[in-house]
Order: sequence, then structure tokens, then C-alpha cells
Amino acid sequence: MTLPYLPALTVLPLIGVAVVLVLPKGRPPQLAKVVALAFSLFELAIAIAMCAKFVAGGARFQLIEDYAWIPQFGVRFGFGADGIALVLIAMVAVLMPVVILASWHDAGTGQRPVKTFFALLLSLQACTVGVFAATDLFLFYVFFEAMLVPMYFLIGSYGGPRRQYAAVKFFLYSLAGGLLMLAALIALYVVAKDQGSNSFAFADLVKLHISPATQSWLFLGFFIAFAIKAPLVPFHTWLPDAGSEAPIGVAVLLVGVLDKVGTYGFLRWCLPLFPAASQRFAPLVLILSVVGIIYGALLAMGQNDLKRLVSYTSVAHFGFIALGIFAFTSQGGSGAVLYMVNHGLSTGALFLCVGFLISRRGSRLTGDFGGMAQAVPLVAGVFLLAGLSALAMPGTNTFVSEFLVLLGTFAVNQPVAVIAAIGMILAALYVLLMYQRTMHGPLNPSLPKMRDLSAREAWVIAPVLALVVALGVYPKPVLDVITPAVKATMQDVGTADPGPTAINAPDTEGGSK
Amino acid sequence: MSTSHALAAAAGDLRAPSVAYRSLLPMLLLFAAAGLGVLAEAFAPRATRRIVQVVIALLALLGSLAAVIWLAGSADVVTASGAVAVDGPALFIEGTLAALGAASVLLLADRSSERGGHFVADAAVTVGSPTDRRQIGATHSQTEVFPLTVFALAGMMLFASANNLLLMFVALEVLSLPLYLLCGLARRRRLLSQEAAVKYFLLGAFASAFFLYGVALLYGYAGTVQLRGIFDAAAGSSADDLLLFLGLALLVIGLLFKAGIAPFHSWTPDVYQGAPTPVTALMAACTKVAAFGAILRVLYVAFANTRWDWRPLIWAVAIASMVLGAVLAVTQTDVKRLLAYSTVANAGFIMVGAVALTKTGISSTLFYLVAYGFTTIGAFAVVTLVRDPDGEATHLSQWAGLARRSPVVAATFTFFMLAFAGIPLTSGFTSKFAVFAAAIDGGATPLVIVGVVTSAVLAFPYLRIVVLMYLSEPAESGPSVIVPGGFTSAAVTLGVVATLVLGIAPQPILHLAASAASFVG
Repeated sequence: MTLPYLPALTVLPLIGVAVVLVLPKGRPPQLAKVVALAFSLFELAIAIAMCAKFVAGGARFQLIEDYAWIPQFGVRFGFGADGIALVLIAMVAVLMPVVILASWHDAGTGQRPVKTFFALLLSLQACTVGVFAATDLFLFYVFFEAMLVPMYFLIGSYGGPRRQYAAVKFFLYSLAGGLLMLAALIALYVVAKDQGSNSFAFADLVKLHISPATQSWLFLGFFIAFAIKAPLVPFHTWLPDAGSEAPIGVAVLLVGVLDKVGTYGFLRWCLPLFPAASQRFAPLVLILSVVGIIYGALLAMGQNDLKRLVSYTSVAHFGFIALGIFAFTSQGGSGAVLYMVNHGLSTGALFLCVGFLISRRGSRLTGDFGGMAQAVPLVAGVFLLAGLSALAMPGTNTFVSEFLVLLGTFAVNQPVAVIAAIGMILAALYVLLMYQRTMHGPLNPSLPKMRDLSAREAWVIAPVLALVVALGVYPKPVLDVITPAVKATMQDVGTADPGPTAINAPDTEGGSK
Repeated sequence: MSTSHALAAAAGDLRAPSVAYRSLLPMLLLFAAAGLGVLAEAFAPRATRRIVQVVIALLALLGSLAAVIWLAGSADVVTASGAVAVDGPALFIEGTLAALGAASVLLLADRSSERGGHFVADAAVTVGSPTDRRQIGATHSQTEVFPLTVFALAGMMLFASANNLLLMFVALEVLSLPLYLLCGLARRRRLLSQEAAVKYFLLGAFASAFFLYGVALLYGYAGTVQLRGIFDAAAGSSADDLLLFLGLALLVIGLLFKAGIAPFHSWTPDVYQGAPTPVTALMAACTKVAAFGAILRVLYVAFANTRWDWRPLIWAVAIASMVLGAVLAVTQTDVKRLLAYSTVANAGFIMVGAVALTKTGISSTLFYLVAYGFTTIGAFAVVTLVRDPDGEATHLSQWAGLARRSPVVAATFTFFMLAFAGIPLTSGFTSKFAVFAAAIDGGATPLVIVGVVTSAVLAFPYLRIVVLMYLSEPAESGPSVIVPGGFTSAAVTLGVVATLVLGIAPQPILHLAASAASFVG
């Protein structure tokens, strides 16, 4: 008998939550941190074992576990992972110990209890793993909404000066989207029941025949929820606030993991369930994506708050991801999924480095830094590497994914691909400007005396940067897992990859769709 | 012709209708216990009176619940000359009322927050007089509240089972009169409490009059007050429908008033705020259950065949209720008023399920009532715990930073707020899902969209309380949170457990509601 990996990965952090919460009060807060770290490492070990178990190119969904829950609504505890879900779960498992280690001193500073902070982090992990592992739409929705609660308290209780505003804004935006999705989900359930299927299972839902008009409405319900979560451009305004007010570790999870749920939702639910509507709305989404790429990059350039800056770069990156998904080519799709993982790593690294800077200077404003490279050369080094990864330098992980996305988009829509490519130039600008303002030039006289990278910080950043380089040089193992899943998804949508002739003959049909 | 026939029959052989006492056992137990309580009030010595009353009330309610369980699954019965129907929904609602009633009685019986309990020592003393100032600290209180509550609950059970409009009216009065009294018996802020009682009484009397007028018109139309008779008359008659619809409109106004649905909700904030909080909990949970039981029965049994005519209007009140309740809740600064508007909005959500007019419509409404009732009682129970020297501290600003001083109370209240907001893994989510699914199934998609949007709006006031408790700095001379006594702890625990269980494992109750979802007649 094999371990039920996915349920185990979902439940294990919850056990961690319980253990952290029952720790005796008198103990030093150190204990809660150690316990949380131990649980996250244990989780990582199980996740690695699970990845070894997964057969790349095998059945689409593997590691399937299925238990009854609410027969009245046809709801089941349905777990299963395809390549897309697998790499995202692995990413969560990798990032979690890093975040816990990075937050080592963050939680202890205020009057808020340290235990609660780590319990909330672990419960957030349970929800995010669950959301990626669910193959039952209802179960997915439960995790999708439940996720808000720990994140809300993490931002609201442990964040920066405007944390209340940021937390409430985050919660209300997400909840509004989530409730629209709930309406669509219920409508979908009713459609399913009319066709004699009392089930929320992915496999049953894709078999439904939904009229194009209904599809459009349902698609919009799901799409808006995911677009708020991702976030795509008109729905993005909560992210800079939440990202800049959240403590660094939480910001890594927010941007690196939580937001992926949105783009993952497009791939897992929107495209396969509503193929006609997806095709219908794809041009609109492509435009939103391109606008996001350019607009996010321009706003990032204009920021003088480091955390806001990194948040805006994410808006631009999410534009790329959505672009890859809605190009409906397997290259674009694989690129987008790889981008989700890479973005989690590279933006995570960037946030962590920004965190190192902020903890040294006690300020988030670029103007308060300057010439830091002389004082803290190691920090400057890792910051540069993280920055290069964010601007998709060849040799770093994001280059591969960005290239694939542009390639996949170019094959079907050249103007969009060309404009998006401009975003790459802008990315170089905002990253290098940020680096120049903080690290180069004369040493800012107001800077306090600082120590260079500590051992704990090195342990935090090293694994992430190692993955950044490794995936940049040799992405094949990950791509091998992703590509079959993306191909299957694209088949659900009913699109075939255009042949390479499209590049030779730009005026064929492929260009307009 | 039928009238003269009936008169002739009455003159000829007048005999008592046969009554299936077995099927009426749940409510008969309560009526008997309430009567016993009145006797105890007269004969039991003051020292033991309170405990005797609590025991009688709790035993009666638990006995009633046991009777419901015993009767569950037995064949539907229409008894007392067709006046009372004991069918699936009736039994389900009786069981719900018994359980929620027991939780409310636990709250009523609490004495940990005030030495004498939540109720005034001598209600007849003039407010503001020297005697009145002395009696705030008195250790006794009006123990009539227990028989009154049991009477009200018995009336509610009868209200939801009445198969005949005249009996429904009698039940309406039986449930309302004790509630009017209970509202006025607060120990603190007595003027506010008495004002609430008068307001409730006057408006309630109006609503009763509307109801009665509606019954009269319907009798004029159908020649009978039996629900089934009205159905048959509407099906077979070619007469002018004006009387039918006027009668229906007036009747429904009376019912909507009791359920606190906009535009007949205006009494709720004032009465909920002024009434002693345990009574507010009783009204918000139990009265709502009974009122919806009656609304379901009237609409599904008597007016099922005229649905196309009245459905738009019911749609309109459901939308009005959701929108008004949600929007006005946003502007509130008092916890009890905020919860009052939230009950108005929730009544709208329940209505969304009820207008589906399908079997799932009934079952989802029944489920919502159970889930919502427990969460509401739990939430009001927490409100009784946050106090300053003048009694309960209900102004929102006084709740600032509450989590710092009493993390458990704050966490509990947050859990209830998340349930109200419909976050998954709470009963609030399951019940919203149930009613919305029933509504879309019944062709009421626009209602669901309004419901979803108002849910998002409603999340804001709930969240505001959470923000205040967790994220704000505590007020300088903030209220203290008392350590709840056994009774209140039990009520809160019941609320938390029910909210959690119905959110995580709702299947048994959903199944029960589904199997109870057909009316007799």
C-alpha cells in the first residue's frame, strides 16, 4: 500500500498547526519556530518522494485519492495531480521552509504571538497544497476561499503600518471574486444535474455539454475570480498594497504561491470546462495580459518603495503567464506553467533580498539606500542574481519560460508577442534601475553600520538561487512533467498547435486567431 | 351554501374533533410545561423558583426534541379536523425549535454576567425611581421569563404546523404575546428595553391585523380557511381572483413581518437592540424558524398553483431584504444592530431558497434555518459576555482590541462572523450553497446573483468587527470580557460545534432535511 501523498501533504501542515498551537505558553518562542520548520521540511521530504513516484508522460492524473464527503451535493474529497499541479505543489513545498526560516525574527518583534504566526503559515500551506491537489471543483473552491483567512490574519496582524487597509482590501477583493465563482459553480452544478451527473469531479465536469451562451456566463464567473487572484490588470490594485504591507515571508507566499492559484485556475478549470467561451474571450485576455505587462513594468519603474516595486513586477509577470495560457499553444502553455514555478522562485528570491535590505536599513524606500554594494557585498551579489532572474537573463530560469511564452504566442498572434517582448526590455530597466539606486553610487552617509549576509540568510537564499540557476540551465525534467499535462489541457480546449509554417507565411489564418 | 350547511351540521351533532395526541406530543409537552411553569411561579418559594423553572423548561424542550425524534419517519398526519398537519417539514421545524429553544433557555438562565441574571428583578418598578436604582444589584429576577419562553416556543411549533389559517393566527398570537413581554424585561437600559417592547407590540399588532384581514378575504374567496381548501378553490374557481390576491398579500405581509423581511423589517434593529440579548437570540433564531415554517407551508400548500402570479412579488421582497439588510449593516456602529440587519439580509437569503418552489427549495430552506439558528444564538451569546459597568458594551468602538485581552472570545466571535460571511468549512457556506443551488435549479438565477453580490457587501461589516477585535489598539477604558458561566459556555459551545459540524460534515442534516421536504395536504 502506498502513502496517499496528496491528502497527506494537505493534512500534514494542519497537524503542524495543532502541534504549534498546543505548545506550552511558557516555552521560548524559538520552539514554535523549530516545530514549524521541522514540519515544513518533513512536508518537503514527502513532496520529493511524491515527485519521484510521478511518472512523467504517464496517465494525465496520477496519485489519485478519492473519498466520499457530501453525497447530497455529489461532493467528494477528490485528490489527484497532473504535471501542472505537481510542479506547483513541489514549489510550495520548497518555498515553505525558506519562508519559515526567513521569517525567523519577523514575528517576534511586535506584541502579536509568535506561535500564531507560524500556525497561520502552516495552515496557509495546507490550503495551497489542497487547492492545487483538488480534482473536485467543490473541494477546490473550499480551499480557494479558506486560504483567505490565514492570509488575512498574516497581513493584518503582522504587516506594515497600513496593514489593516491592505488586509481588508485583499480579503474583500478576493471574496467578491470568490462569490462570483460560487454563483458560477452552483450554476454549473445545476447544469450537471440536468444532464444526470450529480458530481463536481473534474472528469465528470469536462464531459458536460454546455451551450455557448451559458459557457460564456460561467466562464466569466470563474475568470473574474481567477483574474482577481492572479491578478490581471484591471483587478490588480489590491496586490501592491497587500504585497508591500505583508511581512517579507508572507509576501513571498502571497505573490509566489497564492497568486498562482489564479493562473492555475485558468488552466485547470476555465479552459477545459468552458472551451468555447475560452476561445471566445481569449483575444480580450491577451489584450489584458499585454496591457498588464507594459503597465506593470512602467509602474514598477516609477516606484520608490522596494516592496511595491517587486509587487508591480509581478503584475507584469502575471501578464506573461496569462499570455502563455491564452495563446492556446502547447509551447505557450508549457512556458506559462514553467513561468509559474520560476516566478515563484525568482520573485521569492527578490522579495527575500529586499527583506534583507529592509531589515538592515529599517526603510523600504530606495532613496534611503545607495552604495550598499560596498558595505554588504554578499547581499548585493545575491540581490543581483535575483534581479537578473527577474529580468529573464539567459542562464536564469525565467528566461526559458519567457522565451517559451513568447514563442508560443508569436505562432498565433504576432503583434501581441512583439508588444510583450517590449516588456522584457522594460523589465531590464526596472530591475537595473532598482539595483543601481540601492547598490551603486557613493555610500549613503545615513546608512547605519551593517553586517553582511548572515548564516541564516544564506540558508534562506541559497536553495532558491540554486534552483534559479539549475532550472535556467537544465529545465528539461520539469518541462517533461509539464508538457503532457499542458497538451492534454489544450486538447480539452480543442486547439491544435499551428505548424511552423505560420512563421514563414505570416498572413495565414493563424495570425488572426 | 356551504356556510349554512356547516351551521346545520354544528346545530345537529356537535362533537369534538378527534385529535391524534401522539403526533402533537412535541408541542403538547411544551404547553404542559409552560402551564406547569406558571403554577411553579405561584407556588414554588422564591429561593428555588429559578432553578425549578430552568429545569422544567430544559426538560420540556429536550423531551420535545426526543418526541420529535421518536415521531420522525412516521406517516404524515392531519389531525384536529384538518387544523394541524404533522408532516416532514413540521417535524423538522419542531425539532429545530426544540434544539434552538434549549440553547436560548441556556442563555436566558445565565447568571454569571449579572448577579441576578439578564432580567429585571421587579418589572413593575418605575424606571429611574430610587427603588429601581437599588434593584439593579438585586440577586433575583423575574422568573416568568421561562414559562413565557416555553409558551412562545410552543406557539412557534403550532405556527409552523397549522394547516388552517385561523389556527395559524391563534398560534401567531401565542408566540408573539410572550415575546412582546420578554422584550421589555431587560435589567439594564430598561427604558430602551420597554421602548423595544412597545414598538414590537404595536407593529406586531398591526401585522396581526393584516394577517387576520387577509384570512377574512381568503375565506370570502374560498369559503374555507383550510390551506388545502384555498388551493382547491384557486384551482377550480373561475371567480374573480382579486379577493384571492388581496387576501394573499395581506396574509403574507403578516408573515413577512414576523420573519423580519424587508420592507417589513423596520422593527428588527430597534427591538433586537433594546431587548435583553438572550431574548434577541431567541427571536433571531427561533421566531425566524417558525415564521419561515409558516411561509413555506402557506406558499407551498395553499398557493402552489397561483405561483406565477405571486412569485415576482416574493422575488422583489427577497431582493429588497438582501440589499437593504446588507447595505444598512455596513453603516451600523452597534453590534446588536449590525447583527439585526444581518438577520434581515439572511432572511432574504432564506427566501431565495424558499421561492424555488421545489423539493430542494424546501430542504435547503430547512437546512439554512438550522445552520443559521445555531450560529446566531452563538453570536448573541458572545455579545452578552463583553461588558462594561453599565451592562453589555455593544458599541463597536468598545470592541477594539478585544483579541488582545480575550483571545478565545475574539476567536469564537470571528468564527461566527466567518460563518455569516459564508466562508467554506462553516455552516454558513454549506447553507448558502444549498439555497443558491435550489434557486438556480428553480429558475431564480437573478436572485442568486443578487445574493452573491450582497454576500460580498455583507462581508464588509463582519470583517470590520474582526478588524476591530484583532487589528485595532484596545480602547483606554474598554469593556471587560467576563468569564462565561456554565450555561452561556454551553450555548456558545453548541453554536460553535453546530457551525463547524454543519460546515464540515453536513450530510446527515442535509439528508434529514431532504427526506423531510414534502408537505402533506
